[in-house]
Amino acid sequence: MDYIPNIIFAIILFGGIVFFASNVKKLTRNIKLGKDVDTSDNKSQRWNNMFRIALGQTKMVVRPIPGILHIIVYLGFIIINIEVLEIIIDGLFGTHRIFSFFGGFYSFLIGSFEILALLVIVAVVIFWIRRNVIKLRRFLNPEMSGWPKKDGNLILYIELVLMVLFLTMNASDYQLQQMEAAHYTKAGAFPVSQFIAPLFQEMSMSAIIMIERTAWWLHIVGILMFLNYLYYSKHLHILLAFPNTYFGKLKPKGQFENLDAVTKEVRLMMDPSADPFAAPDENAPIPEKFGASDVMDLKWVQLLNAYTCTECGRCTSECPASQTGKKLSPRKIMMDTRDRLEEVGRNIDTNKGEFVPDGKQLLGDYISHEELWACTSCNACVEACPVSIDPLSIIMDMRQYLVMEQSAAPSDLNNMMGNIENNGAPWPFNQMDRLNWSKES
Amino acid sequence: MENELKVPTMAELFAAGQQPEVLFWVGCAGSFDDRAKKITKAFVKILNKANVSFAVLGTEESCTGDPAKRAGNEFLFQMQAVTNIEVLNAYEVKKVVTACPHCFNTLKNEYPGLGGNYEVVHHTQFLKQLLEEGRISVEGGQFKGKKITFHDPCYLGRANNVYEAPRDLIRKLDAELVEMKNCKKRGLCCGAGGAQMFKEPEKGKKDINVERTEQALETQPDIIAAGCPFCNTMLTDGVKNKEKESSVVVMDIAELIAMAEDL
Repeated sequence: MDYIPNIIFAIILFGGIVFFASNVKKLTRNIKLGKDVDTSDNKSQRWNNMFRIALGQTKMVVRPIPGILHIIVYLGFIIINIEVLEIIIDGLFGTHRIFSFFGGFYSFLIGSFEILALLVIVAVVIFWIRRNVIKLRRFLNPEMSGWPKKDGNLILYIELVLMVLFLTMNASDYQLQQMEAAHYTKAGAFPVSQFIAPLFQEMSMSAIIMIERTAWWLHIVGILMFLNYLYYSKHLHILLAFPNTYFGKLKPKGQFENLDAVTKEVRLMMDPSADPFAAPDENAPIPEKFGASDVMDLKWVQLLNAYTCTECGRCTSECPASQTGKKLSPRKIMMDTRDRLEEVGRNIDTNKGEFVPDGKQLLGDYISHEELWACTSCNACVEACPVSIDPLSIIMDMRQYLVMEQSAAPSDLNNMMGNIENNGAPWPFNQMDRLNWSKES
Repeated sequence: MENELKVPTMAELFAAGQQPEVLFWVGCAGSFDDRAKKITKAFVKILNKANVSFAVLGTEESCTGDPAKRAGNEFLFQMQAVTNIEVLNAYEVKKVVTACPHCFNTLKNEYPGLGGNYEVVHHTQFLKQLLEEGRISVEGGQFKGKKITFHDPCYLGRANNVYEAPRDLIRKLDAELVEMKNCKKRGLCCGAGGAQMFKEPEKGKKDINVERTEQALETQPDIIAAGCPFCNTMLTDGVKNKEKESSVVVMDIAELIAMAEDL
């Protein structure tokens, strides 16, 4: 009968991992709905970006206060995960603090986890205050009402609870070690939880064991639940920031891609030997749609961008259109792309792997024309993103659809384009007058 | 009477069997916009003074296609690009200088994929090089004690990481370079990019150029320096909007250098 907890543990662990794997599968399937793009170039620069931007958090500290607090939480979670490894081994094999044979080094590890856990608690509390008491402007945009706001707070609560459970577990363990309880080998250093331990002094040994076991179980079950919460949350960035920075844009920010499909047509138009009356080839594939009106028209990297976005809003707070009260918010562009992609994914799930048109699309149902036309293409959002997301590329792809598929540009822009077409300048001046300035005094 | 500008065209030089050191891409604003034409002329005066062998395309130049591309009309952009590339390649152009960051970005980054490979520099980079090579000299006297703030054009700064060339030139003027709270990588757009220059802004609580002008005025400048004809227009309008045109002027870096040279 001694094995029952181990079996229960194994089942919970297995269940948690299987469920997570099924969500990862769904996630990759959805991302692959995007168009293919070759990212096999410049491997060393891509690795370098990932190390610098995701692992090194270099762009987080552009804003020092949230940047440093974020690094604390980030380090806390990465380093405290070494402890999770021990918990898993202990849980599976019924051991207790299996790594304690490291001796002094183990004490050092546990000691530093505790200090980090305390710092994480402090950081999480400050984050909560920034969101709910100080009410920073970037957390108050319209797209942040409802679920996104709840999601943000929920993540903070979960992190807080996990850290408190970790410290409670250690505190009760420390108390049991002092009482020389069987099974509780003297190991570890408890620079933080030793101050919690006195709370348990009056209790019976069995009560403390109860507390220790409860905290231990809730902590590991909590971590597994948190892992599976990711897919339903903006918090996916803790995993996707790494691939996203790897696949991020390497070219100069001002360089927008030239559409190959258009190049083909332009070359054909300019080719004097092309037969203008040639009958179209009946077997020719249906011409590709120009630009994007829905998520399937975007490239998979743009869809990965959407899942990576953690809604921090640095893009929107740097956006000149947003700053001056226009409807555009680059963060909303990313959130809309993700929400629509999720909708398409659910559609595929319910229709046995096939997308059945639902009469909706990203353009219009999620992102309005007004938002798209407010962009100045200044790249402030791209520069601001700490994980290399490119909202501008989605805006530009959708403008292409509006102009080339629907001729739905604002009339001023139609005039401008007409001028370029007719006289080679955005204004109605004759090309033959281009050099007149040189003769004017 | 001012010296007349010497503005050779590629066609003239080609007919004479000559190849200039650099092609000056004037751009639409530089050719047609009254304010921007002054920048074009100031830059040509410097080129003439430094005896730079250059030429313009003149009537053979056409819009690079930048505003069409940013407005979503990839087709029109590529038509413009392919036509321009044919002309540039026919003249065997190797190096291009332009005073417009939009032309600069498009020529430098988006033309190579369509067969147009040139060394493209912004005029502030070119002027800096002339200065370093001793081909021009700058007497900063008349700018002494003046405060100049520089507005980073998006398509020069963030888009192409050119932040220092214009600033180095301002420092040479003996003026005090003051930075706005949003500068360099975090510079705020003037509001003209992405084809906004050619349309009314969307509904909002303020115009972007006014916001940016307010940031510039916070530094208490005598001169707001720009490196882009569109930024120049937007900021000039912004200064008028704030009724500061009697105390603050918006000038291109080329104009500042030309003034310092008494051209």
